[in-house]
Amino acid sequence: MSEYLNDAAFGLYPYIALAVFLIGSLIRYDRDPYTWRSGSSQLLRKRQFAWGSYLFHIGILGLFLGHLVGLLTPIVIFDAIGISHAAKQMLAIVVGGIFGIMCFAGLTLLIHRRLTDPRIRGTSTKMDFFILFLLYAQLILGLISIPISLGHPEGDQMMAFMAWAQMIVTFQGGAADLVASAHWVFKLHIFLGLTVFLVFPFSRLVHIWSAPFGYLTRNYQVVRSRKTGGAG
Amino acid sequence: MSHFLDKLTYFRRPRTEFSDGHGVTTHENRDWEEAYRKRWQHDKVVRSTHGVNCTGSCSWKIYVKGGLVTWETQQTDYPRTRPDLPNHEPRGCSRGASYSWYLYSAARVKYPLVRKRLIRHWQEARETMEPVAAWASIAGDPEKMREIRKVRGRGGFVRADWETVNEIIAAANIHTAKTHGPDRIAGFSPIPAMSMVSYAAGTRYLSLMGGTCLSFYDWYCDLPPSSPQTWGEQTDVPESADWYNSTFLVIWGSNVPQTRTPDAHFYTEVRYRGTKSAVISPDYSEASKFADLWLSPKQGTDAALAMAMGHVILREFHLDREVSYFREYCRKYSDMPFLVRLNEQGGRLVPDRFLRASDLADQGGEPNNAEWKPLAFDGKTGKLVVPRGSIGFRWGEKGKWNLEERTSAEEDTELTLSLADSRDEVKPVAFPYFGGGENPHFEGNPLNGNPGADVLERNLPVRRIDTPDGPVWVASVFDLLCGNYGLDRGLGGESVATSYDDNVPYTPAWQEQITGVPRQSVIALAREFARNAEETHGKSMVILGAGLNHWYHTDMIYRGIINLLVMCGCVGQSGGGWSHYVGQEKLRPQTGWLPLAFALDWGRPPRQMNSTSYWYAHTDQWRYEKLAVDEVLSPLAERSKFSGSLIDFNVRAERMGWLPSSPQLEENPLELTRKAKEAGKAPADYVAGRLKDGTLRMSCEDPDDPRNHPRNLFVWRSNLLGASGKGHEYFLKHLVGADHGVQGKELGAEGELKPEEVAWHDAAPEGKLDLLVTIDFRMSTSCMYSDIVLPTATWYEKNDLNTSDMHPFIHPLSAAVDPVWQTRTDWNIFKGLARKVSELSPGHLGEEEDLVLTPLMHDSPGELAQALDVKDWKKGEIEAVPGKTMPAMTTVTRDYPNLYHRFTSLGPLMEQLGNGGKGMAWKTEEEVEFLKQLNGTVRDPETGEERARIDSDIDACEVILSLAPETNGHVAVKAWESLSGATGRDHGHLALPREDDKIRYRDVQAQPRKIISSPIWSGLESEKVSYNACYTNVHEQIPWRTLTGRQQLYQDHPWMRAFGEALAVYRPPIDTRTLKGSHGVRENGNKEVVLNFITPHQKWGIHSTYTDNLLMLTLSRGGPIVWISEVDAAKADIEDNDWIELFNANGALTARAVVSQRVKEGMCLMYHAQEKIVNVPGSEITGLRGGIHNSVTRIVTKPTHMIGGYAQLSYGFNYYGTIGSNRDEFIVCRKMKTVDWMEAEGLPGRTTATPAAE
Repeated sequence: MSEYLNDAAFGLYPYIALAVFLIGSLIRYDRDPYTWRSGSSQLLRKRQFAWGSYLFHIGILGLFLGHLVGLLTPIVIFDAIGISHAAKQMLAIVVGGIFGIMCFAGLTLLIHRRLTDPRIRGTSTKMDFFILFLLYAQLILGLISIPISLGHPEGDQMMAFMAWAQMIVTFQGGAADLVASAHWVFKLHIFLGLTVFLVFPFSRLVHIWSAPFGYLTRNYQVVRSRKTGGAG
Repeated sequence: MSHFLDKLTYFRRPRTEFSDGHGVTTHENRDWEEAYRKRWQHDKVVRSTHGVNCTGSCSWKIYVKGGLVTWETQQTDYPRTRPDLPNHEPRGCSRGASYSWYLYSAARVKYPLVRKRLIRHWQEARETMEPVAAWASIAGDPEKMREIRKVRGRGGFVRADWETVNEIIAAANIHTAKTHGPDRIAGFSPIPAMSMVSYAAGTRYLSLMGGTCLSFYDWYCDLPPSSPQTWGEQTDVPESADWYNSTFLVIWGSNVPQTRTPDAHFYTEVRYRGTKSAVISPDYSEASKFADLWLSPKQGTDAALAMAMGHVILREFHLDREVSYFREYCRKYSDMPFLVRLNEQGGRLVPDRFLRASDLADQGGEPNNAEWKPLAFDGKTGKLVVPRGSIGFRWGEKGKWNLEERTSAEEDTELTLSLADSRDEVKPVAFPYFGGGENPHFEGNPLNGNPGADVLERNLPVRRIDTPDGPVWVASVFDLLCGNYGLDRGLGGESVATSYDDNVPYTPAWQEQITGVPRQSVIALAREFARNAEETHGKSMVILGAGLNHWYHTDMIYRGIINLLVMCGCVGQSGGGWSHYVGQEKLRPQTGWLPLAFALDWGRPPRQMNSTSYWYAHTDQWRYEKLAVDEVLSPLAERSKFSGSLIDFNVRAERMGWLPSSPQLEENPLELTRKAKEAGKAPADYVAGRLKDGTLRMSCEDPDDPRNHPRNLFVWRSNLLGASGKGHEYFLKHLVGADHGVQGKELGAEGELKPEEVAWHDAAPEGKLDLLVTIDFRMSTSCMYSDIVLPTATWYEKNDLNTSDMHPFIHPLSAAVDPVWQTRTDWNIFKGLARKVSELSPGHLGEEEDLVLTPLMHDSPGELAQALDVKDWKKGEIEAVPGKTMPAMTTVTRDYPNLYHRFTSLGPLMEQLGNGGKGMAWKTEEEVEFLKQLNGTVRDPETGEERARIDSDIDACEVILSLAPETNGHVAVKAWESLSGATGRDHGHLALPREDDKIRYRDVQAQPRKIISSPIWSGLESEKVSYNACYTNVHEQIPWRTLTGRQQLYQDHPWMRAFGEALAVYRPPIDTRTLKGSHGVRENGNKEVVLNFITPHQKWGIHSTYTDNLLMLTLSRGGPIVWISEVDAAKADIEDNDWIELFNANGALTARAVVSQRVKEGMCLMYHAQEKIVNVPGSEITGLRGGIHNSVTRIVTKPTHMIGGYAQLSYGFNYYGTIGSNRDEFIVCRKMKTVDWMEAEGLPGRTTATPAAE
């Protein structure tokens, strides 16, 4: 039974979550463009927003990139440039810890603000609260995992997670077995992480897709042609 | 394609760069823009307006999309003005722009609603009885009525259907007419001009029933009685475009940018032409920032300021230097040359009445109305002459009622203004003085420091005239004016001023102590005002408003200002004159509308009642009267003649035929005509006889007797109980019978003087109405207290007409969408009721003879009643003659089974009797024939005659437009010809150029149309001048409709003299004594401060409408607010936005404090009509929810407004009569200790249990 649950949670669930994430985002983008927004509450109250928002966003972007690079970069690359597994884990713990604490501080401010300001509270949806607390729980789990990781500094556990992630994204069977023996904190962390992907299209998180990177390189003035239909 | 796939074309997306790569042209999909484009697309635009009590009368575009009204924008297609004048548009304000919110809002009344208690009794009764009997069983059961009245105001409405509510209402009306009399059915609706047909629907129904139509203009205290007193005219004012013709504008007690928003642009524009502007306002109002000179007098003391200005103008422009333009104007167009008798009284001379032709031997050679022809001296011959144009020439003869400088005897004349050069003697003449200061809240300026001194003696040049009754002393009005203003003319004597710095009434120095305005400012303003008028021949204008008009002694403030305008020749001159804009909303096609509105096509006269006296009596506010008549009498009055309390004066006025009555007689008039027939007498003789022998009393003599209660009340287009109902808590207690917050005690309990003429019942009735029906589109406070609420169409769901005094156009309300849910237009609601009455009447009411009492009406021969003295038939002083010394009595035939037919067709009297107005009459056969062709005809079920149909609201509009001279050129020509007959001058040229113009409903839907000049109004609609009041008096020599035919600055009626208002004087506000039992007695631990309670028009609403509009609430503070000064706030430890309570003996209200340096110390401003339906916590004083602004007010009537049958001082509906003043009130203000929202039962702080009603 527990083997089945493990398979379902770490072998099947990732595909369900990622499929809903991608297809759901696509459908929402096409069908409901007016709901495609970050839902910022900055207009309702400025106080406590800047600190909360900056700390949270910098923290969570750092964590996201760290996880992305850390989990999906083939280990051969690290080996080739001479970063030992232990060093990589220590790097992950230090960088992740710094960003994690930033994110925690920011998120705490934002949650406090959302709950205590009657106007923001009144205009929040259930999903807004759910996402906030989901991220909060996920973050706390991640932070709790730090002392556990420090218990096995050689980096094998990390290697197992990397392998798991890479097998999942490369559609190889048996990935779930790699994490079967991990500490429950890691398991719960992964599970909630996948859940974030699952609920992503139904929440304000969709604004991540529209991060305005184009602004960095665009021309000073952008003029749209009246002529439609491609080449003109 | 998919938005996402479109995004995936990065590599083949053509991008053309320009400007060295600074810009780029892209070709991405732009479909998303359609969404924004569609946001502003619509299916149609319909022209309508907002029929709220606002003089704006702005034409709006109403946008409809998908069958729903979506938004509105200002119309910009008014006909152009002249090249030298800005155009009228844009007209409209944020209040109007937010109106579409109402249509689909939660505040909308969507279905007919009825109180559950009532419907339960009704259904029970209907199981065994037919409708009228069913109602009789409920109304006749005191226990059931008590139960129904008690739950009014407590919710508990259930949805009903039209059939049921119509049946209840019709049955109640039939039962009431049958058992109590049709005049026990009353209706209140204001401002017909805002939606004429909606108003007319209700009053047509009531008039056909024989019910009472209640006035609004006097009740709202928007009527300035000084206007009829001076000009015999209700109110006539320049259109706002005429402000642009002015070169000196005084804005006095008016807040043009805030309350006349659509017109304010003329004010801002004319300053760019170099026009100077002074603003006189106690608070730093929005208008103040436009001022070159801002004067901030203590509130309510403006008359002192005006008197001081008059002092300066007379001194510098009439005495020290005689400005020929001013002198000529005053001679021709004012009563200044006319002679006033001076009577010996206690060893001194006191100004009496005008000298009349009848005082002379042989009636002065005037066989017709000699008593009504005042006299003056001719300047050339020095002879005493009878100048033309006085009221005596108006009736009984033709051709001499004009202002030509000719005498009755066809001689040219130039009247003498002052007798200074031709005097026989110089004698001291006594004038009353009220400025000594009896009101504890207003500082006075006692004569020589003696507060008891109340008579001013001033030396005047006088002449002796020999009459058959012996010699009499006379003085001219001009000399009286100079004496009254305290000007030293080298005639010696006491209390005259040689310098502006003398502290003598009414110098600039004298007023300082009262108003707080520096004398230099007053002198400068007066000089510049008069200098400008001298140079421009009258282009000095005063825009004045509610800030002055809502005081008890408004007449004195207004007449003080009118005097300035007349002295400087400004009235009737383009760009000059008196511009009073307070809720008047001129009904331009008035004479076309009157027959429709009051069913004059079926029976005349209608029953009309002045509301102030009506509510004063029926809400029992008289039982709490604190103002003794003594306090307002002149020190020179013969006090014994003026005993009693204020309501006694009203009763005397009613029985002498001065004021109307409702109900009229303590017996049913339908029965009285039967009894008269049995007695073999004409009904009028029978009733007059019984009144005289005392076997029948008028209802006014015992308003608390159930026989004299109003029984059924309709409220429509109005929010009587949430806005205009002054003495709100008294309404609730005595008229409605609901929970109330009255704190004070009645006269009986106080052991004070009780009235003489009115029966006193120790226990006053609590709940008089059997049925209260409110018709509204939103759940107003009035709806909350009603038994039945009928859902009406909004201003975007009906067809109607709208006009204003602010611009010369007529334009429509039109249905942009059909009435939503189960709402109906007012026209259809009353048509439905008429149908039901016709259906239910047989067996109860058939064709009935109704005896209608009417007062001696202005603009009718009745206005010449008692010329020289006041005699009361009840005291045996004079014979009781209906229509002369008592009300006129007319038998009118009602036909209840045919009510529906009568409602929906134009009756035969239009052809038989014709039409007319303001003393003119003309025939209307052609117009009736035209209407038959236009509207089609219906057959009279009784006679078989074909009559013009008035089925739809548009049919009704066409009736108005066809019959009115203002919208039908042929009628205009007939009307001017009629006037020409009286004046002997040809006025036809004023309308002939537009003779063939006929304005129809579809025309005004296409574009607002400028109306046609008509003699109903005193200005001209022309391409050469802007509309300006009294223009035709000055330029066409048409007399004012006053005793002298001129602008009447001296009021010689015995009551006017007795109450000290023969001439304009300064009178401080009255002491309403409502703080007793409130201040320092009912403490909650917070500091109290006493403030004058001022209720101006607001910024976020117009009357009650818009105050519950969420869009408007969002712009303000979301609920009731009261502005107080920083100083007073500090005194009472109140901070901005604190919850405060205002209370006095009348009741209490709760609101948030707005603490602002705008407000003057000692006063507070509560924008009126904020209602108690949004965001109002409970009161610590009453234990009920906080009240409305009128919870702390009570009406106090003024006897001079009750005068009748005396030329310009004659009753007219909404024209003359008692006014509901409210600004003299003081309240206790303090911070609330507990703010109780009363949202659930059993909350702490809740002192009375108010169980939810069923």
